[in-house]
Amino acid sequence: MIRVRGSGRLPVIATIIVALMLMVVPLPDAAEPFRPDWVTLTLIYWAMTMPRTWSVGSAWIVGIVLDVAQGTILGQHALALSVVVFITVKFHLLVRVFPMQQLAATVFALLALYQFLLFWINGVAGVDAPAIAYWAPVLSGTLLWPVVSVFLRGVSSRVQLR
Amino acid sequence: MVASRANSSNPARIPALGVRVLGAIALSILLMVLDHRQDHLSTVRQAVGVTVYPIQIVVDSPFRLWAWIRESTSDRNQLHLDLGRLQAERLLTSARLQRLAALEAENARLRGLLEARIRVRDDVRVAEIMAVDANPYRHNIVIDIGERDGVYDGQAIVDADGVVGQVIETGFTTSQAMLISDPSHALPVEVNRNGLRTIANGTGEFDSLDLPFLPNNADIRPGDLLVTSGLGGAFPSGYPVAVVRAVNRMPQRRFADVTATPSAALDQVREIMLIWSSANKPQREAEATDD
Repeated sequence: MIRVRGSGRLPVIATIIVALMLMVVPLPDAAEPFRPDWVTLTLIYWAMTMPRTWSVGSAWIVGIVLDVAQGTILGQHALALSVVVFITVKFHLLVRVFPMQQLAATVFALLALYQFLLFWINGVAGVDAPAIAYWAPVLSGTLLWPVVSVFLRGVSSRVQLR
Repeated sequence: MVASRANSSNPARIPALGVRVLGAIALSILLMVLDHRQDHLSTVRQAVGVTVYPIQIVVDSPFRLWAWIRESTSDRNQLHLDLGRLQAERLLTSARLQRLAALEAENARLRGLLEARIRVRDDVRVAEIMAVDANPYRHNIVIDIGERDGVYDGQAIVDADGVVGQVIETGFTTSQAMLISDPSHALPVEVNRNGLRTIANGTGEFDSLDLPFLPNNADIRPGDLLVTSGLGGAFPSGYPVAVVRAVNRMPQRRFADVTATPSAALDQVREIMLIWSSANKPQREAEATDD
């Protein structure tokens, strides 16, 4: 078990790095607010499938990297990601057996919570942003969830994690 | 936590999850307070930035490659045209520079007569904007030089036409800068025609700045050039910022409604210049006065 966990870590890290890249890839101005939270989607997936390896601690570290990459307040994304991943891990057994629509609804709720936490921290820190910056990623993220989860399932079966 | 320990034999339970998330939240809040209230965390940012830098490079490289390909495959004719245009431009600017050199010498002499401090020319360095999107809530850009090259927080950035923004965060090899169009950016400016001082705020749109604190009887009209006044300390004085676009005087209001168009093409620039202002860098001033 331990050997398998150790060898399975690298591909997961690779997917997280790809997600981080997608977060900073330039988009046209019109599409920019609709950039899905790739990192959040990826971490939700891994927390759901491998909650023992990918849990709150790793989410926090990835969040700090994301904060630095985007130049937001240090700890903002870290906090939001830790809370979202915590909830995912807490209910991972339940969520894993959900049918597709129900899973999508759960992901929608998780992304909404994530954006709400970011919004809340921005409010406390006095950062002003248009409302579209918060709800657009939730919509696009939920729509892209099936694609992301199918892709990540491919990755995890390819490297023989289970 | 007690419950999780009691159930640790249950394979579905993740040990100490609650404690971990509470720890993560506490740590995040601590970081946020430290980051927001004081400026103690730049070293942390730089350390984490080492992992971010390769990501930025990888994301930026296809755009760079594309630019390089386009440049190297542009045909001979085009290059000839460009060459002719650039030579003509160079002739014009050097002619202007000759006059400027004479004026600068005269200015220094007059200032000497007045016993005013002689203005020192600023050092500049060209940098490129990386094709990397930054903070989703702000008008930020990422540039390809950092602390290694002597970039410092608050440093002024201009392009060929005017002020672009200022550095807000320096990494080791890249930096983030805020554009003057960011809603939280304010820039001390003066009207070039008569020296009227005011503040130019960003509006969140690339093509518009707001001048909120001008009284109705202020001597300002459309077409006036706004230049940096140098009063905020961050920007050296005399760089063009914007051209006044509209002045609406409303008698019932205390202040006139003045908007301006930034001189720099904020959403199109790729190459920018960083200014080492003589006012901000005393050791550079010494170097600059030598020549």
